[in-house]
Amino acid sequence: MAMKPVTFILNGEAKAAFTEDGQNLLDMLRRGVGDLSPKYGCAQGSCGACTVLINGEPQLACLVLAESVEGENLETTAGLGRAGLHPLQEAFMQRFAAQCGYCTPGMLMAAKALLDINPRPTRDQVIEAISGNLCRCTGYEPIIAAILDVAEGRQAP
Amino acid sequence: MAVTIEKHATVGDAQRALGGDAVYLGGGTILMREINAGLVQGRIIRSTDPVLKQIRQSGDGFEIGAGVTMSALANHAELAFLHPVVRAIGGPQIRNMATIGGNLFAEPPYGDLAAALLALGARLVMAGGQARPIEEFFRDRKRAGLITAIQLPRPRDNKSFAFHKVSRVKPKGVSVMSFSALLPRDAGRLRGVRIACIGLGPGPLRAFSAERALEGQVLDAASITRAAQLVTDGLEPPTDALASSWYRREVAGVHLTRLLERMI
Repeated sequence: MAMKPVTFILNGEAKAAFTEDGQNLLDMLRRGVGDLSPKYGCAQGSCGACTVLINGEPQLACLVLAESVEGENLETTAGLGRAGLHPLQEAFMQRFAAQCGYCTPGMLMAAKALLDINPRPTRDQVIEAISGNLCRCTGYEPIIAAILDVAEGRQAP
Repeated sequence: MAVTIEKHATVGDAQRALGGDAVYLGGGTILMREINAGLVQGRIIRSTDPVLKQIRQSGDGFEIGAGVTMSALANHAELAFLHPVVRAIGGPQIRNMATIGGNLFAEPPYGDLAAALLALGARLVMAGGQARPIEEFFRDRKRAGLITAIQLPRPRDNKSFAFHKVSRVKPKGVSVMSFSALLPRDAGRLRGVRIACIGLGPGPLRAFSAERALEGQVLDAASITRAAQLVTDGLEPPTDALASSWYRREVAGVHLTRLLERMI
C-alpha cells in the first residue's frame, strides 16, 4: 500500500508524516509523530479522549482521516505545558480534576477551545463544552470547577 | 488495511468515481467508525469541492452544501429555525465534524436533522444537478448517489416549525425518538402539515396519521389530543437497546403533545 506524505502544523511546529490509506489522525499522531497526548479510547467518537484542536475547533482525532489534515493547524495537550503548566492544567491539579487521568487531555483541549472563544463562560456553557468528553472517575464537578476557576481568573481555594 | 482513499477536486469527479462498491466519506463521524473497526473494505471517495461547504440564500429559502457541518449551521444567524435541531446532535466535537449531507444517511438512533429536513419538505440536489424531493430519497437511500446540496424553504414564522428530542442523557445523548413539525397556517387553520420523526420506524419517516388529524384544523387542545392518540398508527416502532416498541408507542403521543403545545 502506498504511503502518502502529510504536512501540517502541530503545536506551532511544522511536521511531516507518512499515512497509509484509511489511517485516522489519532493513530498518525501517536505512532507516526510520537505525540502520545491524545488518548486512544473508543475509536468510535463516543468518549472524547482523543480530542484535538484543528484550526482552533475541537474534533475527534479517531474519526478524522489522517491525510485530510494537510496544511491544517493542530493543537494537542502536548503543546499546552511548554512554558510551565497551562492555567487549565494548574487548575485541574488544584481541583483534583484528574483521577485516572485518561480523559484529561481531551477535557483540557475541549476546555481550551471554549476559553479561546469565550473567556468568561457560564457554568452551563462549560457543561456543554465538555459534553462530548466522558469521565468515569470524577463525576465532572471538579472538572467544571477547574475550568470556571480559570475563566474567572481565580486560584482554587 | 484494505481500503484505498481517492480524493477528487469536484463533486462531479467524485460522483463518477463512486459507482460499484465505493463509498463516500463526508465528515467521518459515521464512516470512520466503520473503517476503524475494519468493517469497510474497498474504495473510499472524498471531495474537497468548496461548493459542498457553501450556504446560499435563494429567494425564500436556502441552498446548503452537503458538507456543511452542524456547527456551521448552528452559527448561521439566518438558519435560527434549525438551531434547536443541530445543537441537540452529538457533542461539540461531533458538531464540528458531522455534516448535513451525512445525517441523511445516518442509521438509527441518528438522523434527527434528516427528519427535520423531511418535515421542512427539503429538496436534494444530486451531483448530476437535478433536484429531487427528500421523500423520494428516503425510499432507497442506499442507492441514491452523491448529494451536493439541500434546498430548504424558510418557515413562515417561528411558530410554524419546531423540534423535540427525547434522550436519556443530557446534554449529549442519542434520540429515543425525535419529532419535527411544520405547521403552516392559513386563516388560523393548519394547511400542509408535515410531521416527521425518527425512533418510530426504520429511519426518518412522516407520521401521516397525526398529520391527517391536524390538517385543516385549528391547533388547540382537542386537535393535539387527536394527533397524539393517532401518532403511531401505521408505524412499527422498533425494539432496540434504547427502548422497547411498547415503550415507544406509550410515550410517542406524550412527546408529540409537548411539541405541538409549544406551537399554539
